[in-house]
Amino acid sequence: MKTLMTDVLVVGGGLAGLRAAIGAKRRGHRVLALSLVPPKRSHSAAAQGGMQASLANVIRGQGDCEDVHFEDTVRGSDWGADQIVARMFVNTAPKAVRELAAWGTPWSRVRRGDHNVVINGEKVTLTERTEAHGLIAQRDFGGTKKWRTCHVSDGTGHAMLFTVSDQVIKHEIEVLERTEALALIHDGERCYGAVVRDLISGEIFACMAKATLIATGGAGRLYRVTTNAVICEGMGHALALETGIAPLGNMEAVQFHPTGIFPAGILVTEGCRGDGGLLRDVDGHRFMPDYEPEKKELASRDVVSRRMEEHIRKGKGIPSRFGEHLWLDITLLGKHHIEHNLREVKEICETFLGIDPARHWIPVRPAQHYTMGGVRTNPTGQSPWLTGLFAAGEAACWDLHGFNRLGGNSVAETVVAGMIVGEFMADFCDDSANTVAQPIKLAEEFVQRESAALNTLLHHPGKENAFRLCTEMQEVMTRCVGIFRSHDDLQEGVSQLQRLLQKSRDIGISGKHSGSNPELVAAYRVRRMLKLAVTIAHGALQRTESRGAHFREDFPQRNDEAWLKRTLAFWPDDRDATLPRLEYEPLDVKRMELPPGWRGYGAKDYINHPDTPARQSEIERVRNRVQTEGGDRFALQEALMPYADHLPESLRGRNERLDEPLENNP
Amino acid sequence: MSRPITLQILRYNPQNAASRPRLQSYTLDKADGMTLFIALNEIREHQDATLQFDFVCRAGICGSCAMMVNGRPRLACRTLVNELPDTVVLAPLPFFELIGDLSVNTGKWMRGMSERLQTWLHAREELPDLRRIEEKMEPEEAEAVYEMDRCIECGCCVAACGTAQMRQDFVGAVGFGKIARFRLDPRDTRTDGDYYELIGDDSGVFGCMSLLACHDVCPKSLPLQTQIAFLRRKMVSQALQPAVAQTAN
Ligand SMILES: Cc1cc2nc3c(=O)[nH]c(=O)nc-3n(C[C@H](O)[C@H](O)[C@H](O)COP(=O)(O)OP(=O)(O)OC[C@H]3O[C@@H](n4cnc5c(N)ncnc54)[C@H](O)[C@@H]3O)c2cc1C
Repeated sequence: MKTLMTDVLVVGGGLAGLRAAIGAKRRGHRVLALSLVPPKRSHSAAAQGGMQASLANVIRGQGDCEDVHFEDTVRGSDWGADQIVARMFVNTAPKAVRELAAWGTPWSRVRRGDHNVVINGEKVTLTERTEAHGLIAQRDFGGTKKWRTCHVSDGTGHAMLFTVSDQVIKHEIEVLERTEALALIHDGERCYGAVVRDLISGEIFACMAKATLIATGGAGRLYRVTTNAVICEGMGHALALETGIAPLGNMEAVQFHPTGIFPAGILVTEGCRGDGGLLRDVDGHRFMPDYEPEKKELASRDVVSRRMEEHIRKGKGIPSRFGEHLWLDITLLGKHHIEHNLREVKEICETFLGIDPARHWIPVRPAQHYTMGGVRTNPTGQSPWLTGLFAAGEAACWDLHGFNRLGGNSVAETVVAGMIVGEFMADFCDDSANTVAQPIKLAEEFVQRESAALNTLLHHPGKENAFRLCTEMQEVMTRCVGIFRSHDDLQEGVSQLQRLLQKSRDIGISGKHSGSNPELVAAYRVRRMLKLAVTIAHGALQRTESRGAHFREDFPQRNDEAWLKRTLAFWPDDRDATLPRLEYEPLDVKRMELPPGWRGYGAKDYINHPDTPARQSEIERVRNRVQTEGGDRFALQEALMPYADHLPESLRGRNERLDEPLENNP
Repeated sequence: MSRPITLQILRYNPQNAASRPRLQSYTLDKADGMTLFIALNEIREHQDATLQFDFVCRAGICGSCAMMVNGRPRLACRTLVNELPDTVVLAPLPFFELIGDLSVNTGKWMRGMSERLQTWLHAREELPDLRRIEEKMEPEEAEAVYEMDRCIECGCCVAACGTAQMRQDFVGAVGFGKIARFRLDPRDTRTDGDYYELIGDDSGVFGCMSLLACHDVCPKSLPLQTQIAFLRRKMVSQALQPAVAQTAN
């Protein structure tokens, strides 16, 4: 049996995995990375709009800082986020953007003087400061108080991924391309790496490691209409789930992006609205201000997507052969702006719709976009259930995003988590307690088990077609577990998915070839996808409240009293299981820096947690005390919820801004 | 109502000793907005589950799906079947290692090219203080770098290149584009002398026959023609300089 030995095994060649790989390698550890595709083709490349970090360089970003970013993130999450993690994140995000700048990312830069922008449908002239000239620029995004989204035109993810991937090459980190992790090797307490399959030759072998990182991205392909790439099938989520030991957190939290082009679902960035684009209905009417007078088109994604669907239900959609849609109007931004700041959008509109977005409105409708749920970890990125198993990026439930992530916070999370978790994995490998002898026998057992399973699958004379089962699953998810959810639909969804899961045990494969074989791949993946799908549907059915992207028509209120808790899903160790076991992890209001309240957009009524009023008064007391003592924002933050100890030492420290020179804030 | 299209696909699985290259035809109905991504998946789902091809983003962003469409390299996901004739031949990109049918191993070649040309920023400072305000850069400079940074390593330029068909070690327009990108970047400390070491020979810029098919087929419309011409002039002047000047620069 072929076995590769390494210190850190990184499953996933997107931004999160690669950044973590660099961190561990720089600390002197052996690192091996795996990816289904060449790493530069990972879906991180598709991120357009940008990355949030409170640099406060542009005039509309002035006054921005970690505190504002923190509040936006927690409100965006509808209080589902882990606030310690959110604090770690907002403090590291500026460092991450600056690191990428030092590595070569061509961030768009501030130009001094006047420039015209569109805000709330009107032309406005902004004047940028001379001292900011040449610093990294920010644009507006939904759900944020300040302009905070750093960008490279609208090809941000591409530019970031190429930068990081080139650093991986510089650091001589080996990436096994077209290699898929099939199962984690573990003994019930500790993870020792993964069984992997070479997608070209079909060879199955073991990669053994002290620390294993799941950085496999999202699971959008569980839905029919999604902005995600075809490889976003949640296979990393499945790795953890199938151990039966490491749970997934909050899988029912699925984000729908307001502006997928219709009907293909290809994304046009939130930057379109951030830069001043408007949503219009069948009458050409701009309808968002009717629903959301404060934030309008720039409320958080969950809210805008729901308002759009609501508006379509009222008969205000534009009918078409494929169903109804709404319009995104960016004509008012002008040709120059579109050609310079939204060029990917322009290309997408030209190629896939045959229209020029400087002259025509873009047909859009919400599409599945982001998987908030993932491998549940603690703030170091490690699974508390399976030692040596780490997760980062979209595949993780770290939990930065709670029930709704803000635009621009995801690519930011990937690099920030990569930086942080990379350090913690290196610490883990440094610790002599973790240099246990690698149990080769165990690895052999796992390799044999996976080989046998694939062999059975390949030769099983089954009746079902893997591709069609997948399409059916996607239909069920889109129909029953979408933007608006209710008991009956979800119940229907769960039963349908259970039925499909059972059917998936009877897949037949026409080409018996064990090497590069797309049908075989589809067959073993669809079984895993169905487990994830049913986990989402079941979690959504049980959660009888509405929070962030999870919206129950029969329970429209957020209910902190009953549901301020994270869903944990475990897959039972039983061949016939068709449902996960759910447990819940409460969030502690008494330790929150920002106790639950109104988000500033969306519904205003919610059921309070009994601890909230007490925590609020306590916060008031602390605030008054710190103020009388003459403490600054750092002192207040420290008094409310100290977090710095959670960060790796090398990443601690304040962030310099034009208005906050470091000399004064050592 | 809808007209059928016939895709003649070059099929060959080099891993299977019994496999021989052959053209296989598949016919399906055209539809509005149908791209080759949709068409090929429909064939795989309903006609032939063994067909191999690569797609990732299906939005023209990741560069996975380059293939020869009637002899011309292009991104399949951005090719609308309505714009194609009723019979179309699809073949894998030449030059790259064939995985099977329409799937080729561009990733492996690109990594080799990157290692050889050191396509990463050679910065002044290895580990800058990340707490400090970033170094400034002119907005136009950043835009110019991004213009070249938009390359998606799809391989179309290499597949269309006359030199590459004759020299396996040719770095191709993609390689020149990378060098041009770092040359434009004020944060990179390398000199023309350094770049000359990397591309100043026949496997580099002097191997280019200026046929510039690369420029025409680039799906991202990178200004390859101007950049390659410029790079050549710079490298020629390097070649003409005495060796001392190169290192002392
Ligand atoms: C169209 C689009 C636009 C977006 N725009 C933005 C934006 O503007 N701002 C923002 O913040 N976020 C944006 N996002 C979200 C953001 O891009 C992603 O959440 C983020 O890039 C995910 O990065 P990642 O490293 O976690 O995973 P990915 O980049 O998806 O990488 C996953 C990696 O895992 C590998 N992999 C998967 N399974 C396996 C397996 N079993 N074995 C081996 N390897 C495996 C894959 O090959 C891949 O290399 C956007 C998302 C989409 C879909």
